[in-house]
Formats: sequence, structure tokens, C-alpha cells
Amino acid sequence: MSFWRRKRRETELEEEVQSHLQMAVQERVERGDTAKDAEHAARREFGNVELVKEVTRDVWGPLDRLMQDLRFGVRMISKSPGFTAVAILTLALGIGANTALFSVVNGVLLNPLPYPEPEQLVTLHESKPNFEAGSISFPNFRDWRKENTTFSMMGISRGYSFNLTGAGEAEQVRAEFVSTDFLPMLGVKPVIGRLFEEGEDEFGGSPIVIISAGFWNRKFGSAQDVLGRGLTLDGRNYIVVGVVPANFNLQVGGFRASELYAPIGQWTNPALHLRTAGLGIHGIGRLKPGVTIQQARSDLVRVTGHLAEAYPDANKGIGATFIPLKEQMVGDVKRLLLVLLAAVGFVLLIACVNVANLLMARSMGRNREFAVRAALGAGRGRIVRQLLTESMLLALGGGGLGLFLAAWGTKAALQHLPSGLPRASEIGMDWKVLLFTAGIALLCGILFGMAPALRISKPNLQDTLKEGGRGSGGRKQRAQGAFVVAEMAMALVLLIAAGLMIRSLNALWSVNPGFDAHNVLTFGVSLASSMRDASPDAIRAALRGIQRKLGSTPGVKAMSLSWAAVPMAGDDEELFWLEGQPKPSSENDMSWAISYVVQEDYLKVMGIPLERGRFFTGQDNERSQHVIVIDDVFARKFFGDRDPLGKRVILSSLGGAAEIVGVVGHVKQWGLDSDDKQSLRAQLYSSYMQAPDEIMHLSSSGTGVLVRFDGNTEATAGTIRKALKEIDSEHVMFSVQTMGEIIADSLAARRVSMLVLCAFAALALGLASMGIYGVISFLVGQRTHEIGIRIALGAKQSDVLRQILGESMKMTVIGIFIGLLAALGLTRLMANLLFGVSATDPLTFAGVGIILTIVALAACFVPARRAMRVDPIVALRYE
Amino acid sequence: MAEKKERYQNRIELLQGTLDLLILQTLQWGPQHGYGISVAIRIRSGELLQVDTGSLYPALHRLEKQKWIAAQWKVSENKQRAKYYQLTATGKKQLTRERSKWSQLSDAIAGVLQPEDK
Repeated sequence: MSFWRRKRRETELEEEVQSHLQMAVQERVERGDTAKDAEHAARREFGNVELVKEVTRDVWGPLDRLMQDLRFGVRMISKSPGFTAVAILTLALGIGANTALFSVVNGVLLNPLPYPEPEQLVTLHESKPNFEAGSISFPNFRDWRKENTTFSMMGISRGYSFNLTGAGEAEQVRAEFVSTDFLPMLGVKPVIGRLFEEGEDEFGGSPIVIISAGFWNRKFGSAQDVLGRGLTLDGRNYIVVGVVPANFNLQVGGFRASELYAPIGQWTNPALHLRTAGLGIHGIGRLKPGVTIQQARSDLVRVTGHLAEAYPDANKGIGATFIPLKEQMVGDVKRLLLVLLAAVGFVLLIACVNVANLLMARSMGRNREFAVRAALGAGRGRIVRQLLTESMLLALGGGGLGLFLAAWGTKAALQHLPSGLPRASEIGMDWKVLLFTAGIALLCGILFGMAPALRISKPNLQDTLKEGGRGSGGRKQRAQGAFVVAEMAMALVLLIAAGLMIRSLNALWSVNPGFDAHNVLTFGVSLASSMRDASPDAIRAALRGIQRKLGSTPGVKAMSLSWAAVPMAGDDEELFWLEGQPKPSSENDMSWAISYVVQEDYLKVMGIPLERGRFFTGQDNERSQHVIVIDDVFARKFFGDRDPLGKRVILSSLGGAAEIVGVVGHVKQWGLDSDDKQSLRAQLYSSYMQAPDEIMHLSSSGTGVLVRFDGNTEATAGTIRKALKEIDSEHVMFSVQTMGEIIADSLAARRVSMLVLCAFAALALGLASMGIYGVISFLVGQRTHEIGIRIALGAKQSDVLRQILGESMKMTVIGIFIGLLAALGLTRLMANLLFGVSATDPLTFAGVGIILTIVALAACFVPARRAMRVDPIVALRYE
Repeated sequence: MAEKKERYQNRIELLQGTLDLLILQTLQWGPQHGYGISVAIRIRSGELLQVDTGSLYPALHRLEKQKWIAAQWKVSENKQRAKYYQLTATGKKQLTRERSKWSQLSDAIAGVLQPEDK
């Protein structure tokens, strides 16, 4: 039925009722009543006009009934705008926070990866004695690819930075070396041109390159004739064969969607030929349809077993590890997100309890209305339905506003909190988020609407009518007390969770990283292309030139070239054995240490203490005896109480012995939080100028530099860039970062989760104190009469205050007690997000309990003071 | 509230379904509006049956929906615009059915109450 016909029927009903009344009045007037009496009598005989209309509409049909309920509901809630605003805002905060977090969970955890048949994709690694998910060597990969029977495709990749020259100013371009199948496996279709074909990833293939759509636009203006054109990368000419679409995006492990993709066989690193090399190469595989992880695993056990037999020196103890791609991408944040989801669920529950409380208080004011309606024949179901309609309207209002808050809040948060959240770009509003919001809004509506509905489900008409609407019965107060207790308990759990995160982060910031990160700048330098094929001595000379130039640049206090590992930023390992021990039969039986290749001023740059002996000098160069410096962990692990100075170590990379000349302090290579738990912690320093010729050769295309500086970061970086250009305009400075930023990045995930948890806890605290304030004010209002009598009978104001506060305290303390018990159980779930603090940290538990008690007391104090000031005369006359 | 309670108690409760019969029967004498129907029932029952407006109007609208009665807006003798209900053809058939059902029911009840008369 159309809206207009409904509307007409509605006015007709009104007219019908009015004509009835007028006729009744007229008849009475004709019988001799006065107009006023007649009017009165007719109305009385007719009964409640609205109610008669209501029951009449009931026979029209369910849709009309719904319309009617809605109309009535809108009227009721717009009658009290203050109440409505508070309720909708409360719900909007609760629902909005849930929607925001759900949209993150949805984008990160629930949605499938944006690749064809994503469930078939796994990441591939070599498992080694020291690394569960270690680097795959290229020869091993080729054998895996050839011999397996369970994968339809397998690919590997290795990040790289090319020095691009001859196309504008020389620059460093982020690239990935990939094997042939890598891009097709991810469903990449070239915009123009082609991807790599079989065999093109082998050694000796021709230099070809695939470029990203962004690079295509930036360098070629998206010209169609880009195919077949050349790019000078590291001084070699690469022919462009294809363009990858702009929407291709993947970041997993070391792989990042980049500007350039080159066949892995083009990598000039000689170690690529070695079965034992750990070059940071990792892979992705696509399982054949129907193949389970288990089947694939046993297949690769077979393949790696064959390889271990065929190449015992290199492959003894080497297996394959694989992890479903999605798990590898989001595994770390899964638990964190689930903890946050639980937290935000508590916030919503508190919001619901608050609104239920408000509705409950309001429904007591409406007792008389309900009783009258019931007396006039409105069924109980009818009244409950009406109440639920009202709460649904509130819930939908809150949901709509919440959705808006969430959409805005999520966008703002993702922009301002660079958290390293995987798949962050895939987060957004979709139908699942909308469905979720609608679902929780309706659920909330039912949840808090039930409270007052249940209360009136056993109305005692006579009592209510007789009582004149004064609230009665301890039962309702008990229900409200229970609400307050529940709110306090939930708020406490959240506050404890947030408190534990704050304490963890504090503990982390006060961890000594083993070096002084302030005023340290890190960056990369790649030498001019002409140096690519230069002799090692020429490269050393060029590097020394840079060392001298930068050393005398204003603002630079100390500098050191750096190869291999950088604390918290990149790792590399050295394999060795102690002189005097028999040579291990395979590389996997050798000892491992984290390898730093640095220069004489490194300790000054990093502020690492020298504990014994000496550090490198300028004389520890390519012409002198090989020397190394170790850290105290290395010294303890391999020498115990003996003096390591003067001992000699055989380095696998050198193929010869080096003497230990000094011991320095340990550096937290693996981050502030997890370094202590790692098995590989021994550290070994070599002198840069003593590094083997291959490393010199590789250095020319990019080496790290660490600088301790004075003053402004930006300005120093600018001065250094200028100084480098003065040496050679083709020298490129790239990846500028301060050491402080590197440490902050390593804590970003924790910091963001702490901030989010704190925001939720603050919200919960605010809502819970609003809740207890509301309940106590309401109870005081209900009991004005009683309090008035007591004061009239001689009770002191302080007695009243004490009584009200005492009752509030009782609820608060019970709530806190229950909350503490719940927190004991629940915070265990977040134990692995914590650092340096136990999940049941007594200080946090006690501190948060006290804070909550104080806040609750403060919230109750206002209504309690009001109670204290009750004027007995006013209170009694009010009746 | 005492007065209200008493009023409720003195009233004879209409059996379920009998209100429909009374309305249809009243309309047999010609079209009538809601107020007229309630007055007619009251007078014909010797002031014993007072039809509650909260029952009357839902019943009228239900009967109209079942197409047993039809409604028309007319002006009354007192120049008052009112909604007049009148019996339809199916309504007349329904009235016959309801009447025979009612007489069966009252015979049956009478039989139960005075078995010795048989």
C-alpha cells in the first residue's frame, strides 16, 4: 500500500474518532448537559483516543503496525532530545570503534589475498640449523623446482637497488631480482609487453627488465614505444620487455612491489652460484589444485633429502619450510588484532549497559503510561514491542553515526599511524563491514532494549497506578546495581590491558640497545657506474676518498662505511671455526656470528664501548694482517673465562685466519624486545678495507654509511649529499634514515597497539563513569522523598553523604573485584604482546584498581552532594 | 481507581465473536456510523451491553477488511460528516451464518443449563 493511502487512512481514522466524540457530546447537550460536562463525559466514555486508534490500526496489518510503532517511537525519543543525544552518541562511540576495528580485521585477516586462488600460495624458505626460515640458494631452488611434483609453480626473489644513470639525474632505483614464474604465479598480467619466459632467469641470459606502471609514467610518460628501449642499470644496458600494472602490490618477507624486476640470473653476485650461500633469497610457491600442505611438505622432504645425499658438504641438514602466504603476511598481527577486537567488544558492552541504564531509568518515569495502556487493553507484547522499536531506533541512529565516525576515524588513523600493518592499503568499508555494523547495531538494540522491556513484563497495574508513579522495589535498583558492577569490571579489564602495554613500552624504551642512537644518520652510497668494473684497489681508493671528504664535512663528527649487518636494520652472518679445532665437514657444522664490516671510527659513531684490547685503526687495511674484534657475547660463548685477545679464528668468507684484537659491548641486533631470546647473538667485526675483493666489487653498487652528526638532520643529509656530488656527480646517496627512526620503527607495532588500547580504555573509563554517575543520580532522585524524611527526622548531612557514597563504593568494589578476577584470566591472552612485565603484574593491577575507584568516587560525589543538600520541606511537598 | 474497577466488573463480557454478530445485525436496519452502532447496541440490550470503543473500532475495521461491511463518508442528520458502514452481499450471508451459529450455541448452552426440561 502506498505511503499516501496509508496517510489518508490515518487522517480518516482520526476524523472517524472525532465525529464519534462530537456526536456523543451533541447528544448529551440535547439531553440538557452543559457543553463542558458533555465534553467531559463523552471523552471519559470513549476512553483513551490514542489507544483506541492504536488497537484499531492493529487490524490493518503488520506493516501498518510497524509504521505506527516507528511513528510513536520517533515521537517518544524526540520528546526527550537530551536523553536521545546521549544515548545515540554513546552507541555511536561503541559501534564506531567496533566498526573501525572490524574494517581492519576484515581487510587484513578475513578478506582473501588479491591474487588468483590465494589459498594455494605458500612462501618458501630453506630450513637450516640456525634458521627455521632461511635464505634459499639459487642452485637448490633450481633443483626444488625441477624435482617437486606437488607445486604448479615456484619462484624466488631478492630485493636490490640499481644505480640508474643516463636518464636524468643518477638515482638509486628499488628493484627485485625474480625467477621466471614469480610474477605469473601472482596473477600479474603485463599492461603492455610480456613477463619473463622460461630460461630467461638463468645465468648468461640477456639483460632484460620489466618496469612498474609508476616508473613507466615517471621516466617514459607512459609512452607505448617503451618496449625495446634500454635502461642503464649499474652501468649495463637492460632492455625493457614489459610493464606491470599499477595495482600489483605485495609485501611479504623481503619482497616488496618495486619499480624494476630483473631476471635473477642477471645478479652479478658471484655467490649466487653457491649452494651454501645465504643471500636473502626467499620464494613463493603455488600448490597444484587439490594438493594439501602435508603432501607438499613430504614431497619437499623427499627432494631435499636427495639433495643432502648428492651434496653432503653443502646440504646436510638443509630442508624446506613453507608457510601459507596469508599467514606469513598477517600472522604477526593476528593475535594483536584479536586482542584489540576483544577490547573493543568490551567498550561496546559498556556502551550498551549505559544505554540500558538510561532506558531503564526513563522507563520508570513512564510506569504510569505503561500501566494506563495495559489497563486500556494494550497487550504486554504490544508494549514490549513498542519499547523494542524505540531502542532499535536509538541503535540504528547510533549505528549510522558510528559508521560515519568509523569511516573517518579509520582513514585518519591509517594515515597518521604508520604502523607497518600488513595489507593496510586493502582496509576500507565494504558490504561485510556494513553488514557487521548493522548486525551489531540491531543486536545492541535488542540487548539494551530488553532490560526495560523485561522489567515491565511483570507489571503490577494496581500498585503502579496507586503509587502515582513513584519508583518502587529493590529489584530494579538491584538490576541497576548489577549494571554498574558489570561496567566497572569491564572497564577495569581494559584499563589493565592498556596499563600492561604502557608498562611494556616503558620497559622497552629503557632497554639499553648497546649503542647510542641519538644523532646517528644511516644511508647508502652507490658509486658512479664507471666504477662497476673497476679493480678492487680502485674501489678502495674511491671509498677512502669518500671517507676523507665526509670526515671533513661540517656537522659530521665521525663516520664509518658499513657492510653486512646494521643494528636492527639488516643482518648478515659470518661462518667460522676457532684455530686449533678440526675443520668442520660442512658449512652447517661451523659456528655462526653476526658480521659487521666497519671502519676505525665505528665505535665513535655508534657509541659502543670498547671493553678490552683495541678497535681497528687506519693501518688495518688490505696490506696488513687480518684482525677482528668480537663482542662480549662472542667472548663468553666461545672462550668462557679465557682471554680471547690474541686468539685466532678461521673465517669462511676469508678462507683464512684472523686475530682477535679487541672486545666490545654487545649490540641488540634483533631489536630491543627479542634480542635476548635469539640463539644467534655472537657478534664479529671485521675491518672494511680488509674485506675480500668480491665485497669490494659489490660495494661499488651500494654500501652503507653511518655518520655521527651535530645539529639538524635534514641539513646534515643535504650537506653530505652535496659533498658526494662534488666528488662525482654520479655518486648516489639513498635510503637516508636516522638510527632513532630505525629503533622507533622496530617498536611501531607495539606503540600503535598501545595507543589503540589506551584509546579504548579511556573510552571505557569515560563511559563507565558516566554510567555510575547516571545510576547514582537517578537513585538519589528516586529517593529524594526518603532522604527528605530522614533529614527531617534528624539525620545529619554527612550521614546522607556517607550512605550514598557507601552504596556507590559497594558497587564499585564488587565490580573491581570481579574485574580483577576476569583480568587475571584474560590478560594471559596478551602475554606475548608484553615485554618486561608479567601478564598479572601486581603493580598494574593495584594501580588501575585504585585509579578506577577514585574516578568512580568522583563520579558519584556530584549526585551524593545533591542528596546531602535535599531540603526536607521541598522534598516532602513535592509529593 | 475503585470506581473504574467496579465499572469493569458490572459489565457483561461479550463472548468472543459475538460483537461481530451484533454489529452485522445492527447494520441490517440500514447504514450506520460507529457512534450510532454503539448507541443502538446499548439501547436494544436494555443498557446492559456497553460496547467499548477499543473493541468496536478494531472490529469495524476488521469487518471492513473482510469485505463484510463497506464504508462511505456521509453527512448525518445533524450536518455532521461521519463514516457510515453498511452490509455488503457477503456480509448478509455472513450474518445468516453467524445467526444460525449463535442460535445453535444458545440452544446448546440452554440444554446444558436446563437438562431436565427435555
